[in-house]
Amino acid sequence: MYDIRESLTAHTVEEALSLLSTHEGMIPAAGGTDILIKVRERKLKAVSLVSILGIPELNTISMGEDGSICIGPVCCFTRITEDPLIMENVPMLGEACRQIGSPQIRNVATIGGNICNGAVSADSVTPLYALDAILTLRSVKGERCIPIREFHTGPGKTVRNPDELLTMIRIPKESFAKHGSCYIKFGQRKAMEIATLGCAVNVSLSEDKTKICSAAIAYGVAAPTPVRCTETETLLTGMTIGPELFKTAREHVTAELQPRDSWRASKELRIQLIKELVVRALKSAVIRAGGEVD
Amino acid sequence: MGIRQNAKRVDAFQKVTGEAKYVEDLIPRDALYVKIVHSTIANGFVKSIDTSEAEKAPGVEMVLTCFDVPKHCYITAGHPLSLDPAHEDVKDKHILTSHVRYYGDDVAAVVADTPLHAQLAAELVRVEYEEHKPLLTPGDAINAPDVLHDIRPNNELSRMDFTIKDGKPTFGTAEFSTAPEIAGRADLVGEQFHTPPVNAVHLENHSCFAYMDGRKIVVYTCNQAPHTVRRNTANALGIPVGDVRVVKPYLGGGFGNKQDTVYEPLVALLTQRLGGRCVAHICTREETFINTRTRHAFDMNIVSQPDKDGKLLKKAVRINSNGGSYAAHGHAITAFAVTTYFQTYIAQDEQIGESSCAYTNLPTAAAMRGYGIPQIVYAMECQMDDVAREHGWDPIEFRRKNMHREGFVDPFSGFVVKSFGLDDCIQKGCELSNWKQKRAEYDAFNKTSKDLKKGLGMGLFAYKISVWPLSIENAACRIIMNEDGTAQIHIGAIELGQGADTAWAQIASEILTIPENRLTVISTQDTDIAPYDNGAYASRQTYVCGGAVRKAAEQMRDKLLDRASKLKNVPADDLCLDSEKIVTKSTGATVASIAEICAHYNFFNDGFTDTEHLTSEATYTLHDASFAYGVSFVDLEVDVPLGKVNLKKVWAVHDSGTLINPQLAEAQVHGGLVMGLGYALSEQMLFDPKTGKPLNNNLLDYKIPTAMDVPEIEVHFIETYEPSGPFGNKGLAEPPILAQAPAVRNAILHATGVPLYEIPMTPQRLVHAFRAAGLIED
Repeated sequence: MYDIRESLTAHTVEEALSLLSTHEGMIPAAGGTDILIKVRERKLKAVSLVSILGIPELNTISMGEDGSICIGPVCCFTRITEDPLIMENVPMLGEACRQIGSPQIRNVATIGGNICNGAVSADSVTPLYALDAILTLRSVKGERCIPIREFHTGPGKTVRNPDELLTMIRIPKESFAKHGSCYIKFGQRKAMEIATLGCAVNVSLSEDKTKICSAAIAYGVAAPTPVRCTETETLLTGMTIGPELFKTAREHVTAELQPRDSWRASKELRIQLIKELVVRALKSAVIRAGGEVD
Repeated sequence: MGIRQNAKRVDAFQKVTGEAKYVEDLIPRDALYVKIVHSTIANGFVKSIDTSEAEKAPGVEMVLTCFDVPKHCYITAGHPLSLDPAHEDVKDKHILTSHVRYYGDDVAAVVADTPLHAQLAAELVRVEYEEHKPLLTPGDAINAPDVLHDIRPNNELSRMDFTIKDGKPTFGTAEFSTAPEIAGRADLVGEQFHTPPVNAVHLENHSCFAYMDGRKIVVYTCNQAPHTVRRNTANALGIPVGDVRVVKPYLGGGFGNKQDTVYEPLVALLTQRLGGRCVAHICTREETFINTRTRHAFDMNIVSQPDKDGKLLKKAVRINSNGGSYAAHGHAITAFAVTTYFQTYIAQDEQIGESSCAYTNLPTAAAMRGYGIPQIVYAMECQMDDVAREHGWDPIEFRRKNMHREGFVDPFSGFVVKSFGLDDCIQKGCELSNWKQKRAEYDAFNKTSKDLKKGLGMGLFAYKISVWPLSIENAACRIIMNEDGTAQIHIGAIELGQGADTAWAQIASEILTIPENRLTVISTQDTDIAPYDNGAYASRQTYVCGGAVRKAAEQMRDKLLDRASKLKNVPADDLCLDSEKIVTKSTGATVASIAEICAHYNFFNDGFTDTEHLTSEATYTLHDASFAYGVSFVDLEVDVPLGKVNLKKVWAVHDSGTLINPQLAEAQVHGGLVMGLGYALSEQMLFDPKTGKPLNNNLLDYKIPTAMDVPEIEVHFIETYEPSGPFGNKGLAEPPILAQAPAVRNAILHATGVPLYEIPMTPQRLVHAFRAAGLIED
């Protein structure tokens, strides 16, 4: 039932890039959990695939010399959730990855695929927005690094050129050192679920843990792409932790988002979730950063 | 081992190891595959079909269109044959149709050498339609100028209307209505409840294949009623019943959805047209949602008026059932629901029932676990809580005052209640859930807690087991002895995951004293060999078919005793079976083993004595019915700002009579209960209101509960003795689903004070309702 014209395997990044540059329409495949569904649904026809799953350098998690966390794009979600470096430094990302699909899906689906597929509901992507991750894209012509916040352009759309491969996801040290963060996924059930809404909050606090030094608020499924609420973030910066902080977050985020009315969820529900989740995620992030909330 | 024991499932090993073969596992290697061209409109006509491109595509053997199929209509319902024309099922289906009645209706079929080739070619079939506006609700459809089936010019498939006085119904015919007043009366303004269409989501998608063997068409299918699908298929093709052989191997769940005839006539026709080559059709999950069967959506308007002491004076109901595109069971299900409403609680003065089932442009609704009763129990039990709340009564005491008791005579079928464990079920449920204390505790908690609310709610049901006297209740069984005292048991009824084969083995073992591991219940029904059966539905397998097994086993027992008596010259009335031996009652002495008797009569050779292969065969007919009872108590929390229900625990207490296999019974309750929780909280089939196009016919968007969503479940049984059951047993397949939705709803009501009138109670519905009630502020 799968209309696959050809399926090749690349063993090195160079091999993959060469195939992508010479075979028009060829799609890099890792876990295949999104691609196979599209093939089955006939959204992709007579498809050519190149597997990048077996490229060792894309399957690593390490700390760079500058203290940043470097994640290879074909790391599967199970690997990420079990990695000590991730769980110690960016636990929010591990927790988000643990909520994706089922154990079977998490054993094959990869973080790179989640990013490049461009779904607005991608659970690993919203936290990466709040962590200001940097993506490295390579092609036979060269390499470029872009902030993840500039990567997605619309539902299923990204700035990645067809001949480019995502080769690295880097989380800068200043995004997680002395920070507290939290991702909340709202789905209708507790597993095997697509997010109705996702909210990631990443904060750092003042020395005495009573004020917000920096705040990053990201949402999934609240606009055509994952988004940051930068205006609200600015408002929160410097505020004292207390009811006024949470009220401000709650009242201002919706203005920066474009929740839709659809058969999957009403606009009324989405707005309520947007308001409620930011407060819950912010409280949790503050606590994790060493602050106290009532 | 016998009955009232936790015998290990007879099919456990095969199913756990994957050895068990299902239809898809058995498709011959050289089979051709069908891909159906589904309509892209919900209502209208096929003007023309261009198959030229598809016919040229690689691997294509045939493209069959709606203009190439037999012109007569046939029945699809998995019901026994009714010799009374007034009760005959509706003939309204063609194998492929030019009159499109739902989005996805079958207009053409492509046959190719591989599933992919069939799929690619199906995309090349060009269909031109005359599109009509979809009629998606009973209100849209009934009396609309656009006629969906000529046999029902007003699009109303069926009605059942009556008043009950002195325990006797008087039938009439009411007009279709959506008004708040029932029977046009201002004193009978009811509360409106709505339930959505849902799908059974059985694990194994519908699949079938057919080939010819001489003049005979052999159809392998995962159908719950093999003998009925044989008749319906034969009628669809216009050939003798004996020219169709249906084989049902292991079956991966059905819940009623596989009771009907779906694609068996198509593959049978295709093999006939292709010279007998094997043709297979396997539904995708998306097709199983839309192209098989759903549960009827009901609009229910109900009234329950008590006096000041809490005794019901008036009860009235109007059901407008959405039957979808083809009749299937619509008439029967709606009738069963409207009558059931008057069987649990009895009003003293006046009882009025009105019901209608509409043809609409939705997928066909038919049998699904509970057969119309999950809908009506939901509305009825919600209303019982609402009325009690309004009057400040304890909802359980209010129910107790009005529910029927032992000796109750069913106004419709006239059977008498001979076993009644409902009161004890309620009592047990109260004890287990600590009802009074916990309700008070939660009331106090909810006074001060704004965002988190706690609730304890309950619901109950009385469910009629057996379709007698409207339809026949019969079953047949054959037992074949082997020379070593082992035996094969042929039953026309089927195992579909519920454990029926095991229960039957236990029943035979109970009487024949042969342990289950020396008995083989033939799990594959082959209509050329298997004795007749109506099918696996109506929670009848142990209750009715169990009676056939008992009867055949008793015949075999008597035969063994008789032959032993003759052989050993001992009076037969002094003999009985004990541990696979024939022993004397008086002394307990062993006369012979069962094996010895079987071997002797089969092989004795003195040159002139006739031999005998020991077999027995019995048809059992039940002329009675019973009620299975049960309660559900649900303990939950509501996260108010997110509209999220967090189920903490469910206690289910059932009276299904005497249990044949307590462990399997408990498993049955677990499965049905979880299905009920999905019905309560998350499951619904959604359609585009403009086009009728299905929106969520996949397992991502149609939300069945996952293991993570299932709370702790505690199951208890009140074991009564039902004289009409073969061993005091009643049915249990459907009951566990029934009380869950109202129990969850009533617990949410207890927690939040907000009454809800529509399921599923999704976060969206709850957030909307909580905002309207002021529980969530901006």
